[in-house]
Amino acid sequence: MADADYIGKEYPSFSVDVEKGRVKMFANAIGEENPIYSDEEAAKNAGYKGIPVPPTFPFTITMEAGQSFNILEDMGIDVTTAMHGEQGFTYYDHIYAGDTVTGSQKITDIYEKKGGALQFIEAVIELRNQNDVHVCDLRSVIVVRRQVAEG
Amino acid sequence: MSEINFSELNAGDAIPELVTPNVSRSQLALFAGASGDHNPIHLDDEEAKKGGLPGVIVHGMLSMALLGRVLTNWVPQHQLRGWNARFVSMAFPGDTITCKGVITETTIENDENRVKLDISVENQKGDNILVGTADIAII
Repeated sequence: MADADYIGKEYPSFSVDVEKGRVKMFANAIGEENPIYSDEEAAKNAGYKGIPVPPTFPFTITMEAGQSFNILEDMGIDVTTAMHGEQGFTYYDHIYAGDTVTGSQKITDIYEKKGGALQFIEAVIELRNQNDVHVCDLRSVIVVRRQVAEG
Repeated sequence: MSEINFSELNAGDAIPELVTPNVSRSQLALFAGASGDHNPIHLDDEEAKKGGLPGVIVHGMLSMALLGRVLTNWVPQHQLRGWNARFVSMAFPGDTITCKGVITETTIENDENRVKLDISVENQKGDNILVGTADIAII
């Protein structure tokens, strides 16, 4: 399969339970002290329906589902030649501790730079909650360093 | 968190910085467990060296999480519409990580007051670790 044939590839959907303990642990690990990320009462007082997950936690949801960088294995790319180049998040609604999040990944683009010495793989993962509300999109760019033949 | 008045915001304004001094190996271990990223290049010097690195490196997504905090320290998270960052260089244990944001534009989008920012993570030498942009609603 040629690399370009992976553009448009869609992975089967996945589902992850967002555990409260995990969200608290994550907030603690990033030094987040705002009680809305650990205390349900504080979150509700601040106008949230529950404990919201911190802004980058959706990436952990996708890692949990084995959906970050799985394209590398499919394309037969040595993971040690690949780097996380870029990460983006777009929010449509909140993800709360206790939610069950369903996601689906699509490979949106694959292209080269520097005469093929760098390959860029772009993917978008759409996340929905248990009520089928679209909550977040993640856009990732993986950069692969490649050997280029001389000449 | 103080009230932010949209009419008083201008391109060029900086939002309050977030400085995380001396990122520790124990924080990397904590983040590995919490985030699910157990790649040994963040935990074990020997493994990092095998991968051609001088030693363990800070998770890019930990630096990005700190960058997220500079935004949610400024406005409540529900006002964050979207953001992205490019990983431009590595951070190491012992580094002091400073997260910054500067307003580049104030505008109205989807009937909302919005501000666009350039955001960055720098080490103690002023080298960029991450650079990106953010889109925030002021409501």
